[in-house]
Amino acid sequence: MDMNEIKEIFFQECEEQLAELESGLLKLNDGDRDPETVNAVFRAVHSIKGGAGAFGLDDLVSFAHVFETTLDCVRSNRLDPGPEVLKVMLKSADVLADLTNAARDGGSVDEARSRQLIKELEALANGEVPQASAAPEPVAKAAPVAVAPVVNDEGFQPVAFSFDDFEADEPALIDMPTYEIVFKPKSDLYAKGNEATLLLRDLSRLGEMSIHCDMDALPALDRLSPESAYFAWKISLKTDKGEDAIRTVFEFAEWDCDLEVTLVAGEAAAPGEELPMQPVPFDLSILDDEPAVSVGVIEEEEQLAAQQEIRDAAVSAAATASNVLQMAQSANRAPAEKSAGAAASAAAQSAAAQQAAASAATPTIRVDLDRVDRLINLVGELVINQAMLSQSVVENDANGTSSINMGLEELQQLTREIQDSVMAIRAQPVKPVFQRMSRIVREIADMTGKSVRLITEGENTEVDKTVIDKLAEPLTHMIRNAVDHGLETPEKRLAAGKSAEGTVRLTAKHRSGRIVIELADDGAGINREKVRQKAIDNDLIAADANLSDEEIDNLIFHAGFSTADKISDISGRGVGMDVVKRSIQALGGRINISSKPGHGSIFTMSLPLTLAVLDGMVVTVANQTLVVPLTAIVETLQPEAAAIHSFGSNQRLISIRNSFCPLVDVGRILNFRASQANPVEGVALLVESEGGGQRALMVDAIQGQRQVVIKSLEANYTHVPGIAAATILGDGRVALILDVDTIVAASRGHSLKPEMSLAAAG
Amino acid sequence: MKKRVLTVDDSRTIRNMLLVTLNNAGFETIQAEDGVEGLEVLEEANPDVIVTDINMPRLDGFGFIEGVRKNDRYRAIPILVLTTESDAEKKNRARQAGATGWIVKPFDPTKLIDAIERVTA
Repeated sequence: MDMNEIKEIFFQECEEQLAELESGLLKLNDGDRDPETVNAVFRAVHSIKGGAGAFGLDDLVSFAHVFETTLDCVRSNRLDPGPEVLKVMLKSADVLADLTNAARDGGSVDEARSRQLIKELEALANGEVPQASAAPEPVAKAAPVAVAPVVNDEGFQPVAFSFDDFEADEPALIDMPTYEIVFKPKSDLYAKGNEATLLLRDLSRLGEMSIHCDMDALPALDRLSPESAYFAWKISLKTDKGEDAIRTVFEFAEWDCDLEVTLVAGEAAAPGEELPMQPVPFDLSILDDEPAVSVGVIEEEEQLAAQQEIRDAAVSAAATASNVLQMAQSANRAPAEKSAGAAASAAAQSAAAQQAAASAATPTIRVDLDRVDRLINLVGELVINQAMLSQSVVENDANGTSSINMGLEELQQLTREIQDSVMAIRAQPVKPVFQRMSRIVREIADMTGKSVRLITEGENTEVDKTVIDKLAEPLTHMIRNAVDHGLETPEKRLAAGKSAEGTVRLTAKHRSGRIVIELADDGAGINREKVRQKAIDNDLIAADANLSDEEIDNLIFHAGFSTADKISDISGRGVGMDVVKRSIQALGGRINISSKPGHGSIFTMSLPLTLAVLDGMVVTVANQTLVVPLTAIVETLQPEAAAIHSFGSNQRLISIRNSFCPLVDVGRILNFRASQANPVEGVALLVESEGGGQRALMVDAIQGQRQVVIKSLEANYTHVPGIAAATILGDGRVALILDVDTIVAASRGHSLKPEMSLAAAG
Repeated sequence: MKKRVLTVDDSRTIRNMLLVTLNNAGFETIQAEDGVEGLEVLEEANPDVIVTDINMPRLDGFGFIEGVRKNDRYRAIPILVLTTESDAEKKNRARQAGATGWIVKPFDPTKLIDAIERVTA
């Protein structure tokens, strides 16, 4: 994995965090005051900032930083997330998303907008809470010296010196400043996993060092507390790295030790002169007997040679401290701090356990979509292959040895299960698409000056990823439409006795093997007079046409239809509802509108859950094998002659349980045959069509029900009206899958246009 | 023997960066996504040093450090806190919870390795 891949992951993660951020903010907007929601929102921004910092995405970092600061005020209850505050935050979330996209795709962002929001965010952080700090303090100043009485910077004057005077590789020892360092660890230093040994080791890397271990505080063994710190070190260090470098070594330990760093005059430490203290070798083995130390003085001329030895000695002296700590652990003495924090941490743990139970997320892995698609394709082939195998076994061995048949049945079941499982991999909740819509709503609400509330339901309803991906565009357009055309202005709403705030409700649910998405607004509903007039003006209908309310409503799906007096900036992007309808149909879906004047409109879309397989009824029509999607079929029946009634010139009706239903001759519609088939010899499939009405499709015979793998006809041949796709059957033959809605629609016009029909296609 | 590092961070980006950086520097890396998972894998991971984030769902870095310190076997293990919070309060809290040291984000591989080297033998 290289940085580019990690960057890719970062942007993927950003998307998730942005979604998390938005849904959290929306929850807060709905009055949710759960601290965990605020935390999640904060974390999202925080995470984006963290990653962005690593990649040097400065614009993103600085915006995220201001945003985070304001969120921190909310988190610490210094700022109440009221509607006005959340409005700014939601806009900020949008800008953050824009900045992220710009960082990824190199686009530009509306800088004025982000500057404006930075101001607003800062105002929130500062204005309402004057004492809140908008920017974190710099690192160096941040560390409060909690316990360091010995550290005393007073009177200490850093001595300016120039690095130019020194050779980097061979520092002139004589000219180097010498520091005297007194380092006395406290017990906490060890308890927090710091190690005097390692600190001294680091220190020794800065320059020439001599060290003295002060063991005066070490009590007799029987009074020795194994977890306490008794040693102190006095160090003389010649270094050109400066005091900061020395303090940096103790950065992690400074609270848990007494530390004194003093510059002994820059030229004071020449060999031969008396050092502030003498380096001392010592023998740690004596610790075993008694806490006394024998100290020897090293002769000056030996000093340099002894340096390494001294360092080693110091290191091992420090090591004792940690050995002691380990001893204590094995001795299993109850350490004081253990019981001290026990109650608090027990509480923390149980709280954590509760949280864990609440959000028990199952582990997930991320897989390339290509791999999943490949798998789906293979499973499709497997299904076809299994069907072919079954068929050839049946044909070649009519009696069928039971073991083979049983094996085949099991194979069939397993194949089916594999297929379902593989399909489930692609299934994803519609949540991301729904979430995107809330931003669309906000933007249009802003542009139109309307006040809109988007309510989403069933966000976790799952559907094939392809369907989700293709859903965003039509849905966006419909939402725009609903806010722009559907909802009234606040004044009009109030005048109509409604609340000033309009509601748009987006719902997803599963219904009989399809996903149904509903978009409802509580606006004025379709203005039928206006629609009708417009349709007449555009020559869509005759001036005297007698249309039902439903038919008028559905006129808005006609090409080029727009009721807005003036094409507005929002809806009028050259995309009409006809395009929406076509993209839904391209997904194998249907769309309907129902509207109540004064109460709003409801758009209902019904889409297949997957575009890869389909449960179908295999039928014969004029010696052709066709597949009818099972979801469309309500029931099948064998018509009796008495039930068939002629109607008009060429139409027939079938009476089913005292109601009449148009009879559609599929063979005739598809131009498979010139004359009408005799209904009594065939089978009628009662189907539910787009408009909700029922039709009886006439076919010659039913072969059976089967799950079929959908193979696109467009991709392999060309689009054929009345045909949705093709499939390969068990015997290896290609069968066409019927597009029931088109067939039904065509039946009103008697037949599909001949030049586009199957007869022409061969 | 390779030193073992347990990293605890909820950000996939940071986890990946830690993994790449630590592996390149010759460490063996075990990763957890939040404090709860961190404590769960602690025994099995048996790390020599721990690097943890502060802001995490389920159990944050403070709680995680306290949890580690309560475990007799790991109560003296070096724990480094990865944090963008450079303010004193956060650092102080991490320290009180028992953190050994910290690494201030933005993530810098050199700083990370330096800090780990500083607290491990």
